[in-house]
Amino acid sequence: MTSMTEQNDIAAQQHDETNEHHHYAPKGIMRWLLTTNHKDIGTLYLIFAFTMFLVGGAMAMVIRAELFQPGLQLVDPNFFNQMTTVHGLIMVFGAVMPAFTGLANWMIPMMIGAPDMALPRMNNWSFWILPFAFAILLGSLFMEGGGPAFGWTFYAPLSTTYSSDSTALFVFSVHIMGISSIMGAINVIVTIVNLRAPDMSWMKLPLFVWTWLITAFLLIAVMPVLAGVVTMVLTDKYFGTSFFDAAGGGDPVMFQHIFWFFGHPEVYIMILPSFGIVSAIIPAFARKPLFGYASMVYATASIAGLSFIVWAHHMFTTGMPLFGELFFMYCTMLIAVPTGVKVFNWVATMWRGAMTFEVPMLFALAFVVLFTIGGFSGLMLAITPVDFQYHDTYFVVAHFHYVLVTGAIFSIYAAAYYWLPKWTGHMFNEFWAKMHFWCSLVSVNVLFFPMHFLGLAGMPRRIPDYALQFADVNQIVSIGGFAFGLSQLLFVVVVVKAARGGEKAAAKPWEGAEGLEWTVPSPAPYHTFETPPAVK
Amino acid sequence: MYLAKLVVPCLTLLASFASKANDMPLNLTKGVTDISDRVYDLHMTIFYICCIIGFLVFGVMFYSIVRHRKSRGVKPANFHESTKIELLWTAIPFVILIGMAIPATNTLIAMENSDDADLTVLVTGSQWKWHYRYLEHDLEYYSVLATPRRQIENKLAKGQNYLLEVDRPLVIPTNTKVRFLMTSDDVIHSWWVPEFAVKKDANPGFINEAWTNVPTAGIYRGQCAELCGKDHGFMPVVVIAKEPEEFQSWLASQQAEQQAKQAEEQRLLALQMPKDELMDLGKRTYDQFCAACHQPNGQGLPGMFPALKGSDMVMTDAAAHIDIVLYGKAGTAMAGFGKQLSLKELAAVVTYERNAWGNDTGELIQAADIEARRKAAM
Amino acid sequence: MNTPTDRQTQHQQANKKLVGRLVLIVAAMFGFGFAMVPLYDVFCDITGLNGKTNSEAVSTVAVDADLSRQVRVQFVTHNAKGVAWPFQSSLPSIKVHPGVMTQVEFVVENPTNRPVIAQAIPSVSPGLGAQYLRKLECFCFNQQPLAPGERKVMPMQFYIAPDMPNDIGTLTLAYTLYDISNRGDQPANAQTAAP
Repeated sequence: MTSMTEQNDIAAQQHDETNEHHHYAPKGIMRWLLTTNHKDIGTLYLIFAFTMFLVGGAMAMVIRAELFQPGLQLVDPNFFNQMTTVHGLIMVFGAVMPAFTGLANWMIPMMIGAPDMALPRMNNWSFWILPFAFAILLGSLFMEGGGPAFGWTFYAPLSTTYSSDSTALFVFSVHIMGISSIMGAINVIVTIVNLRAPDMSWMKLPLFVWTWLITAFLLIAVMPVLAGVVTMVLTDKYFGTSFFDAAGGGDPVMFQHIFWFFGHPEVYIMILPSFGIVSAIIPAFARKPLFGYASMVYATASIAGLSFIVWAHHMFTTGMPLFGELFFMYCTMLIAVPTGVKVFNWVATMWRGAMTFEVPMLFALAFVVLFTIGGFSGLMLAITPVDFQYHDTYFVVAHFHYVLVTGAIFSIYAAAYYWLPKWTGHMFNEFWAKMHFWCSLVSVNVLFFPMHFLGLAGMPRRIPDYALQFADVNQIVSIGGFAFGLSQLLFVVVVVKAARGGEKAAAKPWEGAEGLEWTVPSPAPYHTFETPPAVK
Repeated sequence: MYLAKLVVPCLTLLASFASKANDMPLNLTKGVTDISDRVYDLHMTIFYICCIIGFLVFGVMFYSIVRHRKSRGVKPANFHESTKIELLWTAIPFVILIGMAIPATNTLIAMENSDDADLTVLVTGSQWKWHYRYLEHDLEYYSVLATPRRQIENKLAKGQNYLLEVDRPLVIPTNTKVRFLMTSDDVIHSWWVPEFAVKKDANPGFINEAWTNVPTAGIYRGQCAELCGKDHGFMPVVVIAKEPEEFQSWLASQQAEQQAKQAEEQRLLALQMPKDELMDLGKRTYDQFCAACHQPNGQGLPGMFPALKGSDMVMTDAAAHIDIVLYGKAGTAMAGFGKQLSLKELAAVVTYERNAWGNDTGELIQAADIEARRKAAM
Repeated sequence: MNTPTDRQTQHQQANKKLVGRLVLIVAAMFGFGFAMVPLYDVFCDITGLNGKTNSEAVSTVAVDADLSRQVRVQFVTHNAKGVAWPFQSSLPSIKVHPGVMTQVEFVVENPTNRPVIAQAIPSVSPGLGAQYLRKLECFCFNQQPLAPGERKVMPMQFYIAPDMPNDIGTLTLAYTLYDISNRGDQPANAQTAAP
């Protein structure tokens, strides 16, 4: 993708020497296996993430097909549970997180004027262990007794005493995923702290870099806790400890406390980089600087800080004392304040701008609206008394899919379209890209919006079969699901076309775009910023 | 216009399904209790506040999208901060949140006060059924999904209360404060009746509590809300609220029935059932209670539920076999059926398992054998 | 200005230092995950978060009885899966004055022909009440070996702390009986209730 026979006019001079480096690189598969180049690794991450997105999406299709009608027709309940579990794990750890890491790899060095990531060899490792992790996870599905069937949250004792024999594989693969993302996070932090161009002061950093820095700190803070809790699951199941077994003095609810201590920051790990992406795209297409840059940084930091003291809002029904419920309710509601600030800032950025609506902007605008809807349902879920009614129903499923699909994934699409010309050197086919956007937008709402109603009407989540009253809405949801699934194939068409050819992209293909990445030619040369650039 | 492209299909679709799904409520239930009513009001309050905020924010945004577009020839402004405005829109949400927190706190305090209950029911979840024990009265029983498997497998037309019906519902008196204590035999379950706004996890080894006071007689249906394994979707909750006098007479009749049954069982101990009768009752019992895991062909699900066909224990050790059916097996999904099935059914199902699918041990287990295992310290 | 090579060595040193620190954070957080286990126990002891009662006898201190009010203490016995032994309390519930020592008996029977070890796990609801239920003697402090056919009467002695808030009128004390015969004698981990 990053062939660099073409040199663009802007900043060409500074990249003369980079040609030579490229000629030493190994060719073929070895180039990708051994690469330490941040752009190659970024590409690998992105391709991997999208592949996993399709695999996890295929599982969602199985789920929606089974739920198309009441009754059991396609899969047995045990396999259904494996599908919901592995769908969740793949989407969280295999699609969204690697996609963000891929974007970070590609863009952070170019945004801060660094020649590469700070720890290129570790970068190679952190990517190449990922396929193994997911091969193990997916392989466990074919074991006797099936793969993990206890939900991506793997609550004990369902995941310990009562799980199938493949649980060890699940634990092992989560460990590898954890190691991969910790290495990735360390790399991001070291790069941002040490490799900024001399003039790139903290408050000049693009917001994508800022949000990723904060995300990376969240990652190194909570991924080890996840590693700890899966280790406890492992020893409880196989080595006779009783962390979560009442008979031995443990407490199954403690599992949930430790898990959600990881789990809630994890939710923000999957959305903070989105904030950064949208904060880059909206100003570019509104042709107006981002409103409230400083408050964006502070809001991100405070969301990250608050994420450590709200975890028990996932556990209101476990039987907490009143003061606990109140504390976690108030803290959770507080998150609405910095999140609101962000949305207001984006709207203020658009206000009195001169907007155009290219595909990245369309995805970014859809993000703002639909993520906010997810935020509203999140606020409703924070209110403990009503959470008792919403908890573990499709209302929750609707909520987190709005935040993760129309939130995180839409922002990743926005980023992909925004930077695709920089990566491939070609403009993408606008017609198909717009088709992708509109089909996704309509189908995603047909898919997830009615889920709110299902949840309010009382349909629990993670069930393979349901009462007759839910039949019609489930059918609509399934149709939306199939349409959304198919729409994603359009993205493959657009990317493959752009990678193969198309209209040559200028160094800065978007009129209002700002940032160092647009000062290098498109496609970005294999090596950029070997001497640090000047920052205005 | 993009806007029209976006809105029209959404509206059409929404309208089409709103008319289609006329038998499913599109909003949270108001429920029947005072608490559920307050929860509903709280839900609507927060919902309206969100709608207003959404209307304002999206209104400004769409106005901007329509008016401030390059194609209209506008020149972009260049402002990018305003401390005053930024403080304002930090402070206003804060105030709104306080406005939400006050009613929420009050409702929560009311919900958590479970004192002065007149009736206590111990609710025990197990894979995949509920067990109810009236602590002040000598009565306990299991409550199991009543929907026939053939309906689930699409071989029979589905009934009106498909998946929301049980063999023996929980019965509680109206206008009485009823306290529920929740616990579990195996994994975490969650007992949920939407119309009472009661949802509480049943944790193994721990107890939780919740309460309700139902003003109107009726049948109320709910489901297990916490993923509890394979048949999580098949363990509904059904509660019947009866007038207090009716409840008392129901209670008396149930206790009398329970005693009569026990007396009858003792009387039947001497009875020797012939093989085909045992096998016949055994097959029916097996299909209803055992086949979900061990499968109708006795081969189980490898790695999850052991096969009974050709099983060492089934083929040889009758005592161990009876014990496991009576009391279950610790640390597995195998529950004890000693309290759920009659001696006759237990004898029949054990006989069936020892003689079906080519397990031709030829052994007959009689009610007296079961009773012997249950009673005696051999 | 520095030459590129100078810059590189500088960077490498700075990188090493920073990576070292970050790895320390990672290690610390991994440790913290496990530290949450005892922390959770301590937190529960203080607040009664999960309704666990004291796992060792409280030392007898003279407490003034509060004769102005009564608290209903309800006893629930529950057998875990696979446990066939009849297990009952002598009373379904009892009304006590806070501060007054009370003794209740529980009976367990081993109807099988093998020796077994039982362990009762207590849980109190509402959870906040747990810290006010002070036990001087309880069969749940220890594992209970039962000989074949043995019937054992086990006393449980407790008082309600007089400073318990007035809004707790009923305390439910539930015991779940587990068969730990096959667990071996070793305490499973640091937080085993019965040492």
